[in-house]
Amino acid sequence: MNLSSLKCVPVLALGALLAIVALPVQVIAAEGAETLQLAAVSQANTFNRNLKKEKSRNPPPPEDGIHDVENEATFILQSPREAFAELPKTAFGNYVDWVKAIDQKLLRPRWDRLNSAEEPFVMDLDIVRPVKASVPDVVFPHRQHTEWLFCSNCHPAIFIPQKGANQINMSAILLGRKCGVCHGKVSFPITTKSCRKCHSKPKPKGWKPPLSEATLRNPWK
Amino acid sequence: MTAQAMHKRVWGSMVAGVMMGLTMLLVSPSSNAEYADVVINNYADAAGMRPAVFPHWFHRIRFRCKVCHADLGFKFKAGGNKITMAKIIDGKFCGACHNGEVAWSVENCAMCHSGIPGTPTHFHGSTLQRLVAPAYKPLPVGKSMKKNK
Ligand code: HEC
Ligand code: HEC
Ligand code: HEC
Ligand code: HEC
Ligand code: HEC
Ligand code: HEC
Repeated sequence: MNLSSLKCVPVLALGALLAIVALPVQVIAAEGAETLQLAAVSQANTFNRNLKKEKSRNPPPPEDGIHDVENEATFILQSPREAFAELPKTAFGNYVDWVKAIDQKLLRPRWDRLNSAEEPFVMDLDIVRPVKASVPDVVFPHRQHTEWLFCSNCHPAIFIPQKGANQINMSAILLGRKCGVCHGKVSFPITTKSCRKCHSKPKPKGWKPPLSEATLRNPWK
Repeated sequence: MTAQAMHKRVWGSMVAGVMMGLTMLLVSPSSNAEYADVVINNYADAAGMRPAVFPHWFHRIRFRCKVCHADLGFKFKAGGNKITMAKIIDGKFCGACHNGEVAWSVENCAMCHSGIPGTPTHFHGSTLQRLVAPAYKPLPVGKSMKKNK
């Protein structure tokens, strides 16, 4: 960080304060000669018009915006930040790698409500789904799923248990169907940094994206 | 830094600050909750209780999804299980564990009913909620080619 950006920090804070009394800023702005430069920069020239940024990761319940601070028990609830301190990290969702946490035996969630000795019914079967776009092909791993879930959680309500029998695309997933029933809700979400978790099998050598018809017949070529 | 550049920077920061202040006022505070927290408020508000908040992260540390979503019959739908206190004291849903044996008992009302009053039932941090625009609609198979013919 350089010195000049450091200097901006208090000014930013002042600006934020002024926002609450928003009008004076414009009045002051109308006085100086340099304000012409400010006026020259259009409102259109802003950043992050649509970018949604997380304010902080794993905030404690009293700061998370859904728990009521008037409720005393809110302060007894555990902070996810503290709970996750020793677990392996990811860059999305809960920012915890739940698969690694189990594989490394850092967590041992019960498979049965009462009996902590009962083992999950794990099935190691990968299903590869070739994708017609340039992203790597999708590998659906039964192992990681059956560590957490039972067959009846997916079969047959979400997926017919037969390779290739289910039509899946990103639109359905983003709308919360198919893989999106869980991914984007509880299991890791769909975001730039997570694409390769599902799209994990490199394309066959020499694979090129098919050209669209409009390009093949382009009269201005 | 020249005086002019400095001035520019100050005003630039002011504008940024104003924008920041405005977004602070506009963005709903709920946008910061832990991924997969569920607010359940089919009935609670109407009966004068704060909405219930269910933290997935806390429970999945202790139980696999299978326990709740296969054995206890929780459907994959926020608000879709029509949970009531009558069912809970009969040992269903949250009551299968919050019974003083597996976990603390049901008289600890405020532990579950901890949501900000008026918060609607919703699933926190879902990808769909975070999209700038609703997801795309793919073209029907073959449509992209026919269009230009
Ligand atoms: C499969 C068992 C089980 C079910 C079902 C269950 N819980 Fe829990 N819950 C627990 C256990 C175990 C704890 C931890 C108790 C302890 O640490 O003493 C807990 C703790 C909690 C906590 C406190 C978390 C903290 O920060 O300390 C809340 C809130 C909670 N449950 C809400 C709910 C709600 C709401 C439901 C129903 C929608 C529910 N639970 C269903 C087992 C369950
Ligand atoms: C998280 C969801 C999920 C869970 C849990 C799950 N499956 Fe699957 N299963 C799938 C998907 C997705 C496919 C691939 C379907 C496709 O390609 O259209 C599949 C395919 C299958 C197939 C077809 C394989 C083939 O080669 O045709 C069988 C058999 C199967 N699953 C059995 C099981 C069993 C047994 C369990 C429990 C131990 C289980 N599944 C758990 C999602 C799941
Ligand atoms: C019923 C819920 C459910 C459905 C449906 C589901 N998943 Fe998952 N998936 C999980 C859970 C739970 C995990 C464990 C990791 C986590 O929670 O982030 C997981 C993990 C994974 C992993 C392993 C990541 C790793 O770190 O090893 C991949 C890959 C994956 N899912 C792909 C898919 C694909 C592809 C589909 C659709 C064909 C799908 N899943 C459908 C629940 C689901
Ligand atoms: C939860 C697993 C999962 C994640 C995460 C995921 N995808 Fe996909 N994606 C799929 C599946 C399954 C298909 C369908 C494959 C097929 O045709 O059978 C698919 C298909 C696609 C396609 C082909 C067009 C279509 O809609 O079918 C593209 C492009 C794509 N994904 C891009 C992405 C990008 C970019 C990301 C990251 C933002 C991403 N995917 C994240 C599972 C995933
Ligand atoms: C283990 C978590 C938990 C505890 C403890 C708990 N509740 Fe609830 N309660 C819920 C959930 C979940 C709902 C469903 C919320 C909804 O859909 O509005 C609910 C619903 C309600 C409702 C509205 C529905 C109905 O049954 O009429 C009332 C009133 C209520 N609770 C009161 C209480 C009181 C009073 C206590 C303490 C004696 C208590 N609750 C303890 C989880 C809990
Ligand atoms: C302690 C019980 C419990 C455990 C363990 C649990 N869940 Fe849930 N789940 C719930 C409750 C409660 C709801 C909300 C249901 C309601 O509001 O009626 C829910 C809702 C959901 C939903 C619905 C989202 C929507 O679209 O509205 C999904 C998906 C889900 N859970 C996936 C999972 C996955 C994946 C796991 C394991 C990693 C898991 N759950 C573990 C209790 C649990």
